[in-house]
Amino acid sequence: MKRAELKQRKLDTTATRVDAMSLPTGAPWAEALRQDALTRLLAMGLPQGRDEYWRWTRPDSLIAETPTPAEVFVAEEAPVFSGIDRLKLVFVDGVFDAEASDALEGENLEIMRLSDALSADIHWAKDAYGVQEKKAQDPVERPLATLNTAFATDGVVIRATGKVAKPVSLVYLHQSESSDAVLHHVVRVEEGADLTVLENGPAAARFNKVMEVEVSDKAAFHHVRAQGRDHERRAVTHLFATVGQEASFKSFTMTANGVLTRNEVVIDIMGDDSIAHVAGAAMGDGDFHHDDTVFITHDAERCESRQVFKKVLRNGAKGIFQGKILVKPGAQKTDGYQISQGLLLDDDSQFLAKPELEIYADDVACSHGSTVGAIDDEALFYLRSRGVPAADATDLLTLAFLAEAIEEIENPEIAEDILHRLEGWLMRRRAAG
Amino acid sequence: MLEIKSLHVKLEEEGKQILKGVDLKVGPGEVHAIMGPNGSGKSTTSYVLSGRDGYEVTEGEVLMDGQDILELEPEERAAAGLFLAFQYPVEIPGVSNMTFLRTAVNAQRKARGEEELSATDFLKLVREKAKSLKIDADMLKRPVNMGFSGGEKKRNEILQMAMLEPKLCILDETDSGLDVDAMKLVSEGVNALRDGKRSFVVITHYQRLLDHIKPDVVHIMSNGRIIKTGGPELALEVEHNGYADLLAEVENA
Repeated sequence: MKRAELKQRKLDTTATRVDAMSLPTGAPWAEALRQDALTRLLAMGLPQGRDEYWRWTRPDSLIAETPTPAEVFVAEEAPVFSGIDRLKLVFVDGVFDAEASDALEGENLEIMRLSDALSADIHWAKDAYGVQEKKAQDPVERPLATLNTAFATDGVVIRATGKVAKPVSLVYLHQSESSDAVLHHVVRVEEGADLTVLENGPAAARFNKVMEVEVSDKAAFHHVRAQGRDHERRAVTHLFATVGQEASFKSFTMTANGVLTRNEVVIDIMGDDSIAHVAGAAMGDGDFHHDDTVFITHDAERCESRQVFKKVLRNGAKGIFQGKILVKPGAQKTDGYQISQGLLLDDDSQFLAKPELEIYADDVACSHGSTVGAIDDEALFYLRSRGVPAADATDLLTLAFLAEAIEEIENPEIAEDILHRLEGWLMRRRAAG
Repeated sequence: MLEIKSLHVKLEEEGKQILKGVDLKVGPGEVHAIMGPNGSGKSTTSYVLSGRDGYEVTEGEVLMDGQDILELEPEERAAAGLFLAFQYPVEIPGVSNMTFLRTAVNAQRKARGEEELSATDFLKLVREKAKSLKIDADMLKRPVNMGFSGGEKKRNEILQMAMLEPKLCILDETDSGLDVDAMKLVSEGVNALRDGKRSFVVITHYQRLLDHIKPDVVHIMSNGRIIKTGGPELALEVEHNGYADLLAEVENA
């Protein structure tokens, strides 16, 4: 089949798919933004298996008309972040639950439900909603994010005007086996402000989430998320960020199970002397497919970016990493680092990586590495020779493998919580044998 | 304490016979040195005793306090009181030296049905032992052996030995890669552990280490066997004349 025919077929499929859907209503400006997204989506088409960017992750179940049902998983222990002093916002199957949530207020904080912001005559979100998503379509198309901008039904709009003491904690509960959630959050961290956003929970049988973050000059944004343990859930998420001058952006994601997860992170470093770190620790056992796709653009001088992704895989689990550092002309003194590693606990699992560097400045230091391997026999024997039983030694070495990613979490209390979850996962796997 | 009887070992993959009938008896509190040319089977002996993979015991047995340890897992041998100071200590990124030590100490205590050391007690103990080996707080915090110099790695082995308080210590070429000062420090660490009950097997190429750690018995190993056993004077003989004379003497005998 010719290229043009394939493209046309893709567009036809997309048109059919969205035909029955209607755009949420709101203020005229918001409806215009959604309409613009829909028009863009119809012009690019939803992703297909033959798309280069989706070579290793099949998008079929993410674009299908109805979600594949996912059994609701009930964990025995309290959810992650329960012990953290936080501002808790709860979404149940993608719908904001005001009763279960804290009041939408806090010092140095403006926070509003997305639908309220998009219904207001005037709101700063007018210049933010879908703006980064739209910009991020070049050089690689991200149609599922565009779908989200057009049809997102809920979310929050957050503005930090100073140091926000308590983390804003977004809790995504999954209660219906066939829920299909589309959430869109917009975050602006004003000059000199400091905000932490936590996310946890499976959200729905199928979850499409976009978060757009603007980190202004001298501002800091910290993001830590734990994607729910529901084994059958599917998720596609996009995290877009622009980073100003002398600003800091840090994001960490822990994923333990989930039949399909695609996490895309797109960061533009636009101001000098800034940093952007993205890290992930994923653990998969059995029918697990986890894809980290990262694109960091350096468009300013003396900035540092880090991508640290670690995946522990067993019983046929599959891990994907597609990471890119783009250094634009003039982005001198860039310090870019990228590492992606797979730890295979058996011969059935698979880790696929595509690390990319594209550099147009001549005075930069960029390093990248990608490895895949088993537990180091030498280290294992060394530990055992000191009296540590084989299973304990394997767990210790697995946690050591993940350590570099976990170290990216700045807040020690949150890092401890995440570490505790990882240990729990290892213990359960061991019990399961 | 330790009794090796007619130990025959071959490499699992290549099938090559490395040990061809080793006999050795080490009593409580004794220090035995094993010397010998490269490839004679010294390190293999230490690995087989500690339970490393890749070796097949085709004949013989190894008894520790009367118990055959060859059927035990490496961690069980450690809990039973066996300790191997590695010739090449392994680097473990992501695991701090402190965590490594605490995990090991408590794993052994647990295996022996003893109570685990509290964090405070452990810390106190490790600081005290580390100090005498000139191991500073930074070395304890760093990942196991990462970025350690040759001497630091060997001192770290002795620290582990001091913390684990084994019954039988095997030192596999602990002197390799050490300068004179480091050798002195390591030897003092070893000597401090000599209490009349704990036994040592010191594997070395050189007499020099034996000036510091005085052996009761010296064995010469060659081609997978112990070919000669004597007192400390045997080590001096090797130092002066090399192994060639000894080997020839045995062959002619």
